[in-house]
Amino acid sequence: MLEFLETITGVPTPLLFGQLLLGLINGAFYAMLSLGLAVIFGLLNIINFTHGAQFMMGAFVAWMLLAWAGIGYWGALILAPLIVGATGVVIERLMISRLYKLDHLYGLLLTFGIGLMIEGVFRNEFGSSGLPYRIPAELSGAWDLGFMFMPIYRGWVVVFSLVICLATWLVIEKTRLGAYLRAATENAPLVQAFGVNVPRMITLTYGAGVALAALAGVLAAPIYSVNPQMGTNLIIVVFAVVVIGGMGSILGSVITGFGLGVVEGLTKVYWPEASATVIFVIMAIVLLTRPAGLFGRA
Amino acid sequence: MTDINRRTVLAAGAGMGALPFTRARAQAANTIKIALLCDFSGTYRDVTGPNELACVRQAAAEFANRGFNIEVVYADNQNRADVGSNITRTWFDTGGVDCIVDGGASSVALAVNDVVREKNKVYVNSSSATSDLTGRACSPNLVHWTYDTYMLAKSTGGATVRAGGDSWYFITADYAFGHALERDTANFVRQAGGRVLGQVRTPFPGTTDFSSFLVQAQASRAKVIGLANAGSDTINCIKQASEFGITRRGIKLASLLMFMPDVHSLGLEQTQGLICTETFYWDLNDRTRAFTRRVAGQLQPNVPLCMNHAGGYASVLHYLKAVADMGVPQAKANGAEVVARMKAMPCDDDCFGPGSIRQDGRKLHPAYLFEVKSPSESRGRFDYYKVLQTTGGDEAFRPMAEGNCSLVRS
Repeated sequence: MLEFLETITGVPTPLLFGQLLLGLINGAFYAMLSLGLAVIFGLLNIINFTHGAQFMMGAFVAWMLLAWAGIGYWGALILAPLIVGATGVVIERLMISRLYKLDHLYGLLLTFGIGLMIEGVFRNEFGSSGLPYRIPAELSGAWDLGFMFMPIYRGWVVVFSLVICLATWLVIEKTRLGAYLRAATENAPLVQAFGVNVPRMITLTYGAGVALAALAGVLAAPIYSVNPQMGTNLIIVVFAVVVIGGMGSILGSVITGFGLGVVEGLTKVYWPEASATVIFVIMAIVLLTRPAGLFGRA
Repeated sequence: MTDINRRTVLAAGAGMGALPFTRARAQAANTIKIALLCDFSGTYRDVTGPNELACVRQAAAEFANRGFNIEVVYADNQNRADVGSNITRTWFDTGGVDCIVDGGASSVALAVNDVVREKNKVYVNSSSATSDLTGRACSPNLVHWTYDTYMLAKSTGGATVRAGGDSWYFITADYAFGHALERDTANFVRQAGGRVLGQVRTPFPGTTDFSSFLVQAQASRAKVIGLANAGSDTINCIKQASEFGITRRGIKLASLLMFMPDVHSLGLEQTQGLICTETFYWDLNDRTRAFTRRVAGQLQPNVPLCMNHAGGYASVLHYLKAVADMGVPQAKANGAEVVARMKAMPCDDDCFGPGSIRQDGRKLHPAYLFEVKSPSESRGRFDYYKVLQTTGGDEAFRPMAEGNCSLVRS
């Protein structure tokens, strides 16, 4: 069987398994980031282009907590999303909330501008080469899976983000709060008439979406260079993921996130030069054949 | 006797109006305008950017009061060749710029090089890596100052092969610089009897996860993984190689281009024992320390000086010496002549010491092979390197005859 696989793929099977696994790990980041975007778009109708900057802020806040307050990885995993989420709440109240009545484009431009400004401030303050952040002692080391060497930390990233994605999906689909959220998406005035404070719910949803980005940032800090442009590199791909999954579809963004991570991983074996482009090729094809995305409602 | 009519008043007024203009033009005629083009916003910002600007300004300041004015302007190249050549063109056409400093990423430098030659201005390049600048792309208007891919390949690559690393796999940034660095290093490996087992070209910019490429490299069973990339690509590779236990399994990483800010960013814990090549280190000797003290106040607080920054200073200083020697009007009129004068004059500065510029535009000075200190060896701020080996300028760079530079053949 394995030999058969090797013959048809032209790549040694252990290497192929390794690449699938690595693709899944990258997919975990795509899934978490696109999840936050989908939640925000679903309820606020805002295409949150600040998401990359907020992912980067999560990583930086983790670094600051360690360097300035001596709070390690586990503390940062809870505190960084709260802190960055709080800045999201402020941004939503002060600026984004004024744009709900206008076209999508205005929200996109505003959040894009805010993202550039945040990035600029961090670049001025910390430079571009980045800061060191260590893998926590409990998760360092690796398992030898036979076909590849699997860092424990990467395994943790996959499991943890799966749990987070599932939890978010459950909250939105299976709880009363989620029902309010979904109802407010459909018809906000009606939900408000039932005595639900919709503006506050919207603010907190934005905060939660931002917190998800920051959480992904903390997860990324030990394995990627913590630098101001780390979000920019990822966010364009994540937008493609959201578009392919179907704007606003929670489950769609999670499944597409993991799926495209795997596709990208395989491209890295067969045609490495194209690995940065393959997701956009898929996006173009999906937009041509299913404009609402794979899981979106037309 | 003279009738003051309306026409004379108008003419006088016009003449008065022209006065400040002529003064401004006289001032411009006596001003040398230097323009720094490099990355101020992306991955190469720390290894060029604000620190290099501070160094260029330092050179200008040291040349103040020599009978002409010096103006320094700068721009961000966004690591894009089209942006770089457009800015350069605008600088020459409407900005009155006489000399372009640096250029940044190799792809940008090659584009800028063409524009400077076309306009017959001066181009002193500090941070670009490709050895093609003094090879097939060489120009009578260019001096390539700090280092190049051939020199890195010979120094870091050669030392790695000598230490027993005779089979290589390259992780290469997929653009002009990465290709040149891979090509030059592969040549050395083969000449030394080693083998190149393969390479993977990674998209630039836009790759953050290198684990997939590292695992492919590992599967090739090469003893050395050559990193033909720079900046955050190198940082991510080193970080992820240690995460995947690649270095612990006895595979060596050859960081073919690594700068002080990269080491600072990764921390000594992760970089200790790695070797790299630079032509400047702040703590090399009394002169480099004196220079570092002079610019210290103007640098970004968390970014250590590296050879690119020093190259910005030294190349501008030498350019200004040539300008002073031949006079401003002549220097502004003919860029190739200034570069010819720069080649004829011996170089000497605090960063690189005495040296010279070859006919093909290559600046010659020693290259140092450094080993990164362990945390316990490091005694203070930015105390990161110890010198393993010094190669003289004549030996460090590619022999002129091998470069295929048209200036040499003619």
